[in-house]
Amino acid sequence: MKFVDEYRDPKIALAVAERIARKVTRPLVLMEVCGGQTHTLMRYGLDELLPPGVELVHGPGCPVCVTPLEMVDRAIRIASTPGVIFVSYGDMLRVPGSHTDLFQAKASGADVRIAYSPLDALKIARMNPERKVVFFGVGFETTAPANAMAVWQAKREGLLNFSMIVSHVLVPPAMRLILSSPSNRVQGFIGPGHVCTVMGFGEYEDLAREFHVPIVVGGFEPIDLLEAISMLVAQLEEGRAEVENQYSRSVHYKGNLPAQLILHEVFEVTSRKWRGIGAIAASGLRLRDKYAAFDAERIFGTGDVTAEEPRECISALVLQGLKKPLDCPAFGSRCTPMNPLGAPMVSTEGACAAYYQYRRHV
Amino acid sequence: MSDSIAEPLSFVCAPAIAAKDRIVLGHGSGGRLSAELLRDVFLPMFSNPILDRMDDQAVLEIGGSRLAFTTDSFVVQPLFFPGGDIGSLAVHGTVNDLAMGGARPLFLSVAFILEEGLPTETLRRIVASMTEASAAAGVSIVTGDTKVVERGKGDGVFINTTGIGIVPEGVSLSANQARPGDRVLLSGSIGDHGIAILARREGLEFDAEIVSDSAPLHEMVAAMLGVSTQGAASGQIRCLRDPTRGGLSSSLNEIASQSGVSIQLEETAIPIRDEVKGACELLGFDPLYVANEGKLVAIVAPEAADAVLDAMRHDQRGADAQIIGTVGGRIGAGRARVTLRTAFGSTRIVDLLAGDQLPRIC
Repeated sequence: MKFVDEYRDPKIALAVAERIARKVTRPLVLMEVCGGQTHTLMRYGLDELLPPGVELVHGPGCPVCVTPLEMVDRAIRIASTPGVIFVSYGDMLRVPGSHTDLFQAKASGADVRIAYSPLDALKIARMNPERKVVFFGVGFETTAPANAMAVWQAKREGLLNFSMIVSHVLVPPAMRLILSSPSNRVQGFIGPGHVCTVMGFGEYEDLAREFHVPIVVGGFEPIDLLEAISMLVAQLEEGRAEVENQYSRSVHYKGNLPAQLILHEVFEVTSRKWRGIGAIAASGLRLRDKYAAFDAERIFGTGDVTAEEPRECISALVLQGLKKPLDCPAFGSRCTPMNPLGAPMVSTEGACAAYYQYRRHV
Repeated sequence: MSDSIAEPLSFVCAPAIAAKDRIVLGHGSGGRLSAELLRDVFLPMFSNPILDRMDDQAVLEIGGSRLAFTTDSFVVQPLFFPGGDIGSLAVHGTVNDLAMGGARPLFLSVAFILEEGLPTETLRRIVASMTEASAAAGVSIVTGDTKVVERGKGDGVFINTTGIGIVPEGVSLSANQARPGDRVLLSGSIGDHGIAILARREGLEFDAEIVSDSAPLHEMVAAMLGVSTQGAASGQIRCLRDPTRGGLSSSLNEIASQSGVSIQLEETAIPIRDEVKGACELLGFDPLYVANEGKLVAIVAPEAADAVLDAMRHDQRGADAQIIGTVGGRIGAGRARVTLRTAFGSTRIVDLLAGDQLPRIC
């Protein structure tokens, strides 16, 4: 397949892996920020190609995994309201809330539909003017512009039966939190390629400077990741701490300006709770007041739904790269994709699910 | 919550959701949920020596003949898709389930569940297609039934077909016969049917239209059995499966589990069309889990593998047949039964899916 096979060529991969092995002189701990990158690492077994001292830990960049429990509970309550058509990206449906998940809500009679884009939800709203259509707007900066566009368009059309639960989170504040922790082990980051495609990488230069940590914006194919690791190793061995762009075929310094424009038109920065981590200041997005008519949480009054989050699994530590999924006593026994204890076991981008799917007991 | 993670964190993860008390769509996916339903609901009540073999068809000794007997229901949407329709699919599906037992298909029954309001012309088209498909496969539709349900209680048309065939003397295929050293043969590219349906359902368009592989396989099976029973060593073909819902991974996991063996696959040997690869990339699907309707996987003794492969390639349905892996020895309880060596030389597991594959968020 053109434009993909080039980035999956085993010969090139081995050559890059050898280059890394030649360069590295000491143990290094690197974090790939994105769940999509974790998935590629596990699927292709790339860590097996790296020299023994280079350890990869898996970051918090799975939007499904960091969506807080209470947000899932609110979604389920709204979806179960008579007359509502609830529209969501597919992998949110199996995320466990406190008592149930959206698949179960659907089996119990809720009208829950899977969409590939929030614009599909708009279409459903136009076709069903007598029903309330609610989209579950989750994700990082990557999905935010499309979600913003849907709200903007709904306002322009006066499509008042459409609304959105906005549960967007931002990557740089989460990286800052990890770097600020006294228990931090991460010496270099593979930056989030899709997020930077939208936002550019100016924000990451502040982090690199402040914490003296190298960041290489990386793609999602095997060669992308190995190249990014090679660039990080070179920086660390040479004592540099810069932002470099491995994913230049998609990412530009300033990012996608029209996407940022619509994002800022509709959303503003707010504090958000992250599943497994807790509240992080200025780490998420919410609808601006002028779009309040499209705020599903306001319309359905779910602000009072909170969830007591039990101390059950170690996903807090996994999402910050402090533990590996295999360190969890529940992994593969009490916690599986069938009965996930925590969100990282649900989404294919979750670190635990990636380990379960590709690595368990090989 | 503070913005610091000095302490190991107050964890925030959901408790496991208790046993499912309702049927969800994933119970029909052919993955782990389907297997649970069989194990927990059907098998304990229906159990008998024939059913307990868990093959795609029952083989019955009646009056000195060995009859293969199978049934299948078809609920596909859309009713018409590139490469076929629900009618031809209902014929091919049951013909193939008979063929996987080595049988020559002879007779089908057909039962229609029609939804009030279905255009008669639609039904005529489906019936014409079934007539053509059954004539081409050399089977007669000898009995049937029709029920009509109220509007909204069906999805246009559901079809059930049941089939009977004769198993030739000396042929005994079953999923519990794979032995270490056997080869795994696949008759052609995977994922065509599932992606053709999904592309049509979601309105995805590609440069080249993706066409379902729906086709009868009994002639290819007869040719394969003709090879293996020549000379002394009959029984060289141990088992055949058509990897329909749940895809190749489900069929191989079932065979491995029922035979108590492991299976090692070579990723580079598994044929996948570029269009299907591309669509899977787009949707975040793994072709190993996508449905096929005109492919088979065969477990064959090593000394017969080349001859059987040759016979497959001489049939138009098997022109792209490949040897994709090898059967390995017994493995410890709880270990992965099916593994895949990637193009990078690393190994990953190929597990049953928990439920349906879900489109990923980004």
